Amino acid sequence: MNQTNDSESPSIGITTEADGWLSITLAGRLDRATVVDVWPKAIEAFGKTSVERVVIDASGVGYCDGSGLGLFAELRRLAAQRGGQAEIVGLAPDLQRLVGIAELSDPTAEELTPMPPPGLVTNVGRAVADILADVKDIVTFTGELTVVLLWAITHPHRIRGRELWAICEKVGVNALPVVCLLGAMVGLIMAFQTAVPLQRYGAVSIIPSIVSIAMIRELSPLITAIILAGRSGSAFAAEIGTMRVTQEIDALQTFGLDPVKFLAIPRVLAGVLMAPLLTIFNIVLGVSAGYLVMANYGYSVRFYINAVTNSVTYVDLLGGVAKTLVLGLVIAAIGCLRGLRTEKGPSAVGDSTTRAVVAGIVLIVIADMIFGVVYFYLGI
Amino acid sequence: MTETMKQTESKPIICVKDFKAAYGGRTVLHDVNFDVQRGEILVIAGGSGCGKSTMLFHMIGLYRPAGGHILIDGDDINAARGRVLNRIRRKFGVAYQSGALFGSLTVLENVRLPMEEFTDLTNDQMDMIALSKLKLVDLEGSAQKLPSELSGGMQKRAALARAVSLDPQIVFLDEPSAGLDPITSAGLDQLIIDLSRMLKTTFVIVTHELPSIFAIADRVVVLDAAVKTIVAVGDPADLRDTSPNPWVRAFFNREAPGAPQETPERSRGR
Repeated sequence: MNQTNDSESPSIGITTEADGWLSITLAGRLDRATVVDVWPKAIEAFGKTSVERVVIDASGVGYCDGSGLGLFAELRRLAAQRGGQAEIVGLAPDLQRLVGIAELSDPTAEELTPMPPPGLVTNVGRAVADILADVKDIVTFTGELTVVLLWAITHPHRIRGRELWAICEKVGVNALPVVCLLGAMVGLIMAFQTAVPLQRYGAVSIIPSIVSIAMIRELSPLITAIILAGRSGSAFAAEIGTMRVTQEIDALQTFGLDPVKFLAIPRVLAGVLMAPLLTIFNIVLGVSAGYLVMANYGYSVRFYINAVTNSVTYVDLLGGVAKTLVLGLVIAAIGCLRGLRTEKGPSAVGDSTTRAVVAGIVLIVIADMIFGVVYFYLGI
Repeated sequence: MTETMKQTESKPIICVKDFKAAYGGRTVLHDVNFDVQRGEILVIAGGSGCGKSTMLFHMIGLYRPAGGHILIDGDDINAARGRVLNRIRRKFGVAYQSGALFGSLTVLENVRLPMEEFTDLTNDQMDMIALSKLKLVDLEGSAQKLPSELSGGMQKRAALARAVSLDPQIVFLDEPSAGLDPITSAGLDQLIIDLSRMLKTTFVIVTHELPSIFAIADRVVVLDAAVKTIVAVGDPADLRDTSPNPWVRAFFNREAPGAPQETPERSRGR
């Protein structure tokens, strides 16, 4: 029976034998806390010699956990690198079996060493491939979405009304407080910031025109769209992404149901319907808040309303609101696309959500720019 | 019974021929050949990572194979597209490992959904049929609950009710007993046997739960990750006792390779 000693700190004895091999004698307890006492000594002793064969006498080892296994594996790897081997002798049967199970079949195998980090060319290539794949995804999805939207327009009775209503409530009604609050604050800040320089020139009376034109034509559609991208676009991506992870989308497909038709239509329609309504609320609150500054200068409500109505036309209002129809569609569509393309893994839904918001905001700005150019040439 | 009907009944309902599956150029399964007879309960078994679920997902047309064919009632599901693929898919129902019930719909609505999309039944008719299906799985009392309000076992039973919603000829089940306690698992096994006998439905079940395999399987197809193909087909008890393949015998006898011959209750003191 081996004489074991598992209650003490481990001890190590190292001898270089005359016939060219290294003898390492280990005793005591080899665990996570104690292995650090003997590991460096064993490796250092091996490094100082040029031997190819190591014999580890472990007859005094009473207990060995994963850390001890790591020491044995490291000695085996070092010996194998010199074309030799490390033998472990004297282990208790249970520990012998444990060491045997954990023995690497080839300690010098190439796949055991970490892959070198990808170089610049690889990284650039991957990034380009990802962008091209994204573009392909967007083009494909745009085609699919166009087809199902045309189907929805020609088959309105097949749209799932209750679900559409519920999503409209989430996208529209639930977003109303934040849309109104931000509209009022932006309108107020704009009036306040323009009042100071305009007062020097005695031009405070044009504040209603500045606030109303800026809010109606540009700011309200943008603010509303960005809120929708942050609130609803991300929610669509997370919701559909989770359905992808939990196989609900696979289930839809095996029922013969088109996930784009089933999931994207109510969300895109809700986005298209709610974005203009929210924008109108944002405009009303933003323009109204501008009056608080004018009131401070002694202007009446009647003056403010007249100045606003004389500055903007129905074309301005329709131009601003029409823009949000497209922005609402883009935000909802990108949220659905990112959700449907969710990969597997614990971070996949988070990644999809982030990408939906980032892509949504970028596309909002691009679409707004295109509208600006088109309106300029149309003279709107 | 006419000669044509007899021939139809004797033909296998699923034929897998020279099937090969690969992910990104890495072969996962190859040379897979087997048939499933009408009304049979066939279990696809094997160790973790052997390609059981991969096989199932190819059989239901979610993935395209790298080679070979899978015929569902004579139609090649992997060659079909669009409406043809959807027509084939209506011949079967699928219950996923996670249940995959639609979280925004009640249990009743989940079971109704395939009927809403593919039948001309009235709302009342759909409700009654869906409730009957829920009664079959002993869930009629949970009809108005959301899936999140159900236990794991109840979700799996609701998924089974949804899978048989359109009374398909074939039902595919992915790990129906996984994560369930032994009593719930046994109840689900009995339910599968009952549905198979009562509705004459063909079941293809992916599992590695040995008690379930022995309880429900008419035949087992055993896949092995080491050789990436089928290593045995047959009655589970026969395979356990007489398979010429030692890995198959070890699998059905629940033996770890190279384990010491000791009792499981041995002392584990350090």
